[in-house]
Amino acid sequence: MTSEPLPPSLARNRRLDRWVEIRTDGVVEVRTGKVEIGQGIVSALAQIAAEELDVDYTRIRMIPADTGRSPNEGVTAGSRSTMDGGGALRQACAEVRDAFLQAAARRLDAGIDELFVRDGTIHRKASNESATYWELSAEVDLARDADGRAAPKRADQLTLVGKPLPRLDLPDKVTGAGVYVHDLELPGMLHGRVVRPPSYGAVLKAFDGTRIETMPGVRAVVRDGRFLGVVAAREEQAVAAAAALARCAAWQEAADLPDVDALPTFLRSRPSQVKVLSEKGVPQDKGAHAVSASYSRPFLAHASIGPACAVARVQAGAIEVWCQSQSIHPTRLDIAKTLGVAPDTITVRHVQGAGCYGHNAADDAALDAVLLARAVQGHPVRLQWSHEDELAWSPFGPAMLVAMNGTVDDAGRIVNWRHELWSNPHIARPGLQESPSLLAAWHLGQPFAQPPGIDSLPGIQPTSERNAVPIYDFANQRVVLNALDRLPVRTGTLRAIGGFLNTFAIECFMDELAHAAGIEPVELRLKHLSDARAIAVIEAARERSGLASRSRHDGSGRDGSRGMGLGFARYSNEAAYAAVVAEVEAGETIRVVRVVAAVDCGRTINPNGVANQVEGGIVQTVSWVLKEQVRFDRTRITTRTWDDYPILRFSEAPPVEVSIIDRPDQPSLGVGEAVAGPVAAAIANAVFDAIGVRVRDLPLTRERLLAAIDDT
Amino acid sequence: MTQTIELNVNGARRAVTADPATPLIYVLRNDLKLKGTRFGCGAGVCGCCTVLLDGRGIQSCNTPLSAADGREVTTIEGLGGEGQSGERMGGKAAAHPLQQAFVDEQAGQCGYCLTGIVMGAAALLRRNPSPTEAEIRSELDIHLCRCGAYDRILRAIRRASETMGKRSG
Ligand code: FES
Ligand code: FES
Repeated sequence: MTSEPLPPSLARNRRLDRWVEIRTDGVVEVRTGKVEIGQGIVSALAQIAAEELDVDYTRIRMIPADTGRSPNEGVTAGSRSTMDGGGALRQACAEVRDAFLQAAARRLDAGIDELFVRDGTIHRKASNESATYWELSAEVDLARDADGRAAPKRADQLTLVGKPLPRLDLPDKVTGAGVYVHDLELPGMLHGRVVRPPSYGAVLKAFDGTRIETMPGVRAVVRDGRFLGVVAAREEQAVAAAAALARCAAWQEAADLPDVDALPTFLRSRPSQVKVLSEKGVPQDKGAHAVSASYSRPFLAHASIGPACAVARVQAGAIEVWCQSQSIHPTRLDIAKTLGVAPDTITVRHVQGAGCYGHNAADDAALDAVLLARAVQGHPVRLQWSHEDELAWSPFGPAMLVAMNGTVDDAGRIVNWRHELWSNPHIARPGLQESPSLLAAWHLGQPFAQPPGIDSLPGIQPTSERNAVPIYDFANQRVVLNALDRLPVRTGTLRAIGGFLNTFAIECFMDELAHAAGIEPVELRLKHLSDARAIAVIEAARERSGLASRSRHDGSGRDGSRGMGLGFARYSNEAAYAAVVAEVEAGETIRVVRVVAAVDCGRTINPNGVANQVEGGIVQTVSWVLKEQVRFDRTRITTRTWDDYPILRFSEAPPVEVSIIDRPDQPSLGVGEAVAGPVAAAIANAVFDAIGVRVRDLPLTRERLLAAIDDT
Repeated sequence: MTQTIELNVNGARRAVTADPATPLIYVLRNDLKLKGTRFGCGAGVCGCCTVLLDGRGIQSCNTPLSAADGREVTTIEGLGGEGQSGERMGGKAAAHPLQQAFVDEQAGQCGYCLTGIVMGAAALLRRNPSPTEAEIRSELDIHLCRCGAYDRILRAIRRASETMGKRSG
């Protein structure tokens, strides 16, 4: 038997018993380093485990990740969970199954090929002899390393993978079980709140918290530098004390933020390092149609529906943290660095939070809880952010700018393509830089510097430039990144990262070139694509949406009525393929009335799960495109409530239709971020189709639309 | 100024000692350990914390405890016990047809918004057992779902309204 190289995540966490435990009572415990952030990943991994182990899906119990026992799989992010974690778990389970088959063969004195497994019972063919996993578990030693010798199932052997199994976590969520970190109850638990400075750089000039200490229920007032917080017996007491404490602090602030209404100018004015991402051919412009345009997006908030929360207990030098972090191991490192203690004095456990779409305040809350818990040794402290801080203090998806230049010749070939991008590094997650990347660490009396951020990490694609190099076959192209330093507004990764604006720009620009040259926009795309999977999703979206049968698609409408547009990308040029058609009603405002998407994410683990994630990605992007924009004045972030930061509502949400092109022989590809860029471009292209007006700076608000109408 | 206040929660009389100005949500979650009512904005504008007060949907984050004095509060934990369904879901307690429909439609992602939406929908269906899609959309417009599961949620509510219609009709 030959052995294949192990999937990277398994190679780093080889011990089989770190992944799987077969209990004598018929339950299979599965541990993974990947965490549930609302994307259904834990159910998809359970489905993979059930498949490879040949046990019923309902026997699988997914154990939440902790830094003590679970495999260290780094961060759950970048749509990589099914790609990385799924592959590792699949191999680990195949080896566990093999170990049980060997044990059954010994017990039944049978050859391996005489045996088959059904729901954990190993049967001997043509006999009624059998042995179960649960009986054999005492004699099968999983305290050994994976060796890559047992092969996982081939595509034609799969029985569960590919089926729309229900999510394991949903019944608890609709019946109101206490599944979130917000719901933890520990003996002696107290409630904490933090009072943030009014602006990023605010200096605490005067503070006197003595009268807070005597407020009802208050157990501790914490001040360390400009980190301020309270701990109280009851939650409403903590809220009241925090409000009073905020009034006890006098701050000095500086006007150091850019003009929120001139972000493209601001980004262009920042010092930058030029990085050429792709350069080929010599641009041609003879007898041709030339176009140039620039596209931008503002800072975008994660705007989680629930505020960040964490519980911490500090006792006799041991620190325990329960939090919703996507990166429990790296977060532990940064907490240890901040406190100057050894990482192994800290245990971090993952508990679910409200939906998470990138690097939000989850990790910050973990440190906040520890800092408050230190003041009341032995008592667990449940710390919850306010909704206002969740909006204003979480890292934002950074503002970005793309300038495009292109030329189409008379034969309809794109003979010149230039894409210039301005972006700061997107990655600011904990555990990766010299200085801790946790908000409170920068506010302490002995502060750590806010780290500069990073654009690329080993093994993952750089963040700003995702999708900047076009997937289209262009003979002459130049793609350039102007890499900016950290911006004065706090940023971090947000769903689809740089891929969002790069795709928005490319896919709008394809339409602009097509219109300049009098070519049908989808045809222009197909003419420059050779990747069969790319062509397949575009054709599927075009057919299913009815775009194919429409005659007018050239922006000549100008009748304030309906329009349709298409956007396409393969996320990161290496993950899922997605083509999206949006239908809009454009007048003085824009309504997205319908969205149709076709995706190819390789082997589909759970088609319902994939559709659910794609639908969510579509709706969230419609929200970004139509409504969302972080606001600030020159001093403070002013986005603090849902009134300041409206998101899409029931009355505005379009019906969405998703079709999946399954490729059982291809590796599974992440899908969480695949549709964002295509949806945005599809909407802008549809608006142009409807009223002949192009808005290139997001969001496509009424003011922007009216300004664009005036310009034409 | 703490006081002892009697409420009727999910059919049981409960006495709570707290400041009467305390937002009802903290009493439900922390005193009565009913964690299914979720905190979102704390300002009455996201719908996460919706419960029924004498059968009408209200936001428990901006309703003081005193306003519930002597009245009937129904939380998500008490919804299934309304006797409209004897079904069991995922081996758990008896589910309300709305809860069952949400599972059937796989409506939700992170799930944080769902209990508030189920309660909002329950209030709607009490007043209007077979709402049109437009009525559902406008009645539930206070409820935000950041994960964008609106489409499935709408399908789930329509499905529940049909099941409940069949049972009573
Ligand atoms: S938490 Fe009550 S409405 Fe948002
Ligand atoms: S499912 Fe996450 S907010 Fe609705």
